Amino acid sequence: MMQEEVNEATSVLSVYGHTIKVTEVLQDGDTLTFIIVSQKLSGTGEYHVDRTYEDFEWLQQHLYAQEYVPGLQGVIFPPLPVRPQVNASAKVMKQLGFLGLGEWQPYCKALETFLRQVAAHSILRKNKTVEVFLTSTDPPGRQKLRRNIFNRLSQAVEELRKEGHKDVDEFFHTERDHNLVLTGHTRIAAEKFLDVVLTEQKIAVACGHFAAALHICVENGEDPEKKAFSRVCVKLSEVFDSIKKNMTSIAVNDMNTLGLGLDLDSRYLEAEKEMLFRRTCKLVELENAKKNAERAKPVKKNAMEEVKKAAEVEFEQICKVAKQEIVQLNRERVEMLQKNLIQWCEQQLQTAKEGADAYNQHLQAFIAMA
Amino acid sequence: MAETARDPPPDRTDFHEVEDGEDLFLEPSATQESEPASLSAVDISTNSNGPKQDSFFDDDNEDLFAEATEEVSLDSPERDVLLSDGPSPAITPITPPTSVITPRIGNTHDDMFTHSSFDEVEEEEGGDSFDIHLSVSDPEKIGDGMNAYMAYKVTTKTSMSLFKQRDFSVKRRFSDFLGLHSKLASKYLHIGYIVPPAPEKSIVGMTKVKVGKEDQSSNEFVEKRRSALERYLMRTVKHPVLLKDPDVLQFLESSELPRAVNTQALSSAGILRMVNKAADAVNKMTIKMNESDAWFEEKQQHFENLDVQLKKLHASVESLVCHRKELSVNTAQFAKSAAMLGNSEDHTALSRALSQLAEVEEKIDQLHQDQANADLYLFSELLGDYVRLISAVKGVFDQRMKTWQKWQDSQMLLQKKREAEAKLQLTNKPDKLQQAKDEIKELEGKVQQGERDFEQISKTIRKEVSRFEKERVKDFKMIIVKYLESLVQTQQQLIKYWEAFLPEAKAIS
Repeated sequence: MMQEEVNEATSVLSVYGHTIKVTEVLQDGDTLTFIIVSQKLSGTGEYHVDRTYEDFEWLQQHLYAQEYVPGLQGVIFPPLPVRPQVNASAKVMKQLGFLGLGEWQPYCKALETFLRQVAAHSILRKNKTVEVFLTSTDPPGRQKLRRNIFNRLSQAVEELRKEGHKDVDEFFHTERDHNLVLTGHTRIAAEKFLDVVLTEQKIAVACGHFAAALHICVENGEDPEKKAFSRVCVKLSEVFDSIKKNMTSIAVNDMNTLGLGLDLDSRYLEAEKEMLFRRTCKLVELENAKKNAERAKPVKKNAMEEVKKAAEVEFEQICKVAKQEIVQLNRERVEMLQKNLIQWCEQQLQTAKEGADAYNQHLQAFIAMA
Repeated sequence: MAETARDPPPDRTDFHEVEDGEDLFLEPSATQESEPASLSAVDISTNSNGPKQDSFFDDDNEDLFAEATEEVSLDSPERDVLLSDGPSPAITPITPPTSVITPRIGNTHDDMFTHSSFDEVEEEEGGDSFDIHLSVSDPEKIGDGMNAYMAYKVTTKTSMSLFKQRDFSVKRRFSDFLGLHSKLASKYLHIGYIVPPAPEKSIVGMTKVKVGKEDQSSNEFVEKRRSALERYLMRTVKHPVLLKDPDVLQFLESSELPRAVNTQALSSAGILRMVNKAADAVNKMTIKMNESDAWFEEKQQHFENLDVQLKKLHASVESLVCHRKELSVNTAQFAKSAAMLGNSEDHTALSRALSQLAEVEEKIDQLHQDQANADLYLFSELLGDYVRLISAVKGVFDQRMKTWQKWQDSQMLLQKKREAEAKLQLTNKPDKLQQAKDEIKELEGKVQQGERDFEQISKTIRKEVSRFEKERVKDFKMIIVKYLESLVQTQQQLIKYWEAFLPEAKAIS
């Protein structure tokens, strides 16, 4: 039932894509359930649905497996974050990166971005599964689809040889090189930034410990010197609570702005890489088809020519879509990074000002302490 | 030193009044065990020119100290208000000798032979208020290889008449500081003065310096040590009694200092360990002292607790410093990766913004380093100092226990001798009887001295503890204010950086 509906070529999305929100995440044992809210186009209210990660995968697989969409392989598919894990192992935490922090808040944000990107994509949004995913109260079918060529993991090792295959087009040749460099650097920058944020969190925790330890030093008694020392300890404890608050704020700012930005950028560049690889594979296919057509014995010639023509058409369509996608991605990347950098800077500036105020108050209080 | 109330001294002493600055004591004698009971495990060179409580009555040293003079002043009533006098420990009361001493308020024992001459110094010195500024600076490596050492310049600026000049400096090496501490410890610890401990030896740290490793960590080590030496000296001279000690004056003033030998034994931590070990041995040996002076019981417990708390705090700060350093490293690495990213970006404005980002992060990295240093030098070192100081405080409490024990031992011995004498009365051995009577007389003196020593050390400790607690509050406040100032400064610098970066971020696209 669901399968047939899914294969309908087009559909109209009945929600405002930019209003999609992942508002909550519910944890039941090891299962995480995400609540997704979107505003109806008709203006009559909202859709509330609950989805698990499997549902997201279902959506993604269907988007990959669409038929009769020309140039689909030229699409840079919005990247879905890796599977979340409750009480994640170290390996999974490393994979998750920023998305593993902050009690799944960044993760929800990443899912939200995924859905918004899908809903905004001119080709992808037309797929019925998107509508079903966002609006159907029943969970979409959770059976796994047949594997498809879009699943990178299933690509045979020999396919990877094609990655370095020389290109026929200057534009794509440049873009492939550029993407390779950029992907590497962005991934490293994201990793290093994550290290920074994790250390900031450690410092916040250490400040909390110190503040708590100071309270233990408070002494009871009427002795004026004891009282004076106790006062000093209590005040100093407050200072370190302030420092903890400040550090926590810095870490949260880092996470929510630049952290998420670098994470998304990194995953999108990977998605572009995969698209470029698909195109390269098609290029190889085309070149093989051309060779076969040339070398074909008269008996087979016509058939080979047909194959060649089909491959040419397909390749052209892919290139057309790919070019559009690349131009759009490059534009959107810059916009996204800019937005994140500005937000990051503004939030850190705000936090720094609040910190300066707080510390100054403490300083005055200490100086005033007779 | 003008004293207000002074009664005639007890019979046995002859002493003369001394003027301020006059050399009170004999020149230092040859190396000599100061007191049989204390510090016997450590062979420390002793100067005899320090106030020795039992110099007049201790048989062993009678010859040496016959001419040593001491200021004997007696407590004037107003001093005693500071010291809350509880009942003394439960012991057999002894009839005091005929010494006329002003009774302390509420004190059951009247024979207060105090030599608290220096106690009054702080309050009574006419115009000579505490005015010294010390600095330890210019660490300079002398020599090469494993014999190399660091020489530090010790500069004193003062208006106090105690010193020959107003502004002078000398060169000292680390073992000189240790030597000073060991001398002071041997003179003052056993009578209840809290002698500030000298900085710790560090074989690893020094080896790096000797070997000539010029890197971040060895520079940090030298700076840490320089700072620690400065704090040590300041604490020492702030102590009104220690300041006047000739060894201290010699240390600060004289251009040549006899090389402190056997530095192995001179590590102050080592000295304290010895002192505490000896004290522990004493405790385990005989009956626990029946502490009926609530003040001491409470204070002892208090310092035990404080010791634990300070160590926790210290560990906490060390962990914080560690994380700060880590943050600095990580920020620097991120800055590099951001720079590389900026270089590989096509979009000009984005590329520039990312390069700016890299620069901002580098600057922030520098701030983190400075902040880590602030955490380190200020809190970590302060707490480390206090952990060591508490050791010294516990040491004097233990010395009091030992003093009490000595007193008790004399008493028990006296008891035995009296019993023996009673038996001898029944026999006809006039020689032995006379000998017994002589011994008893001697012992009675010892017992009295023991009690006086105990009272004195108790009194000194009370004063010292009060001083310690005052200084502690001052110390902490000062450090905290410094730290907060650096925090505020860091924040303001951060604000500047972010404000500079914002237009760059906005200029993209």
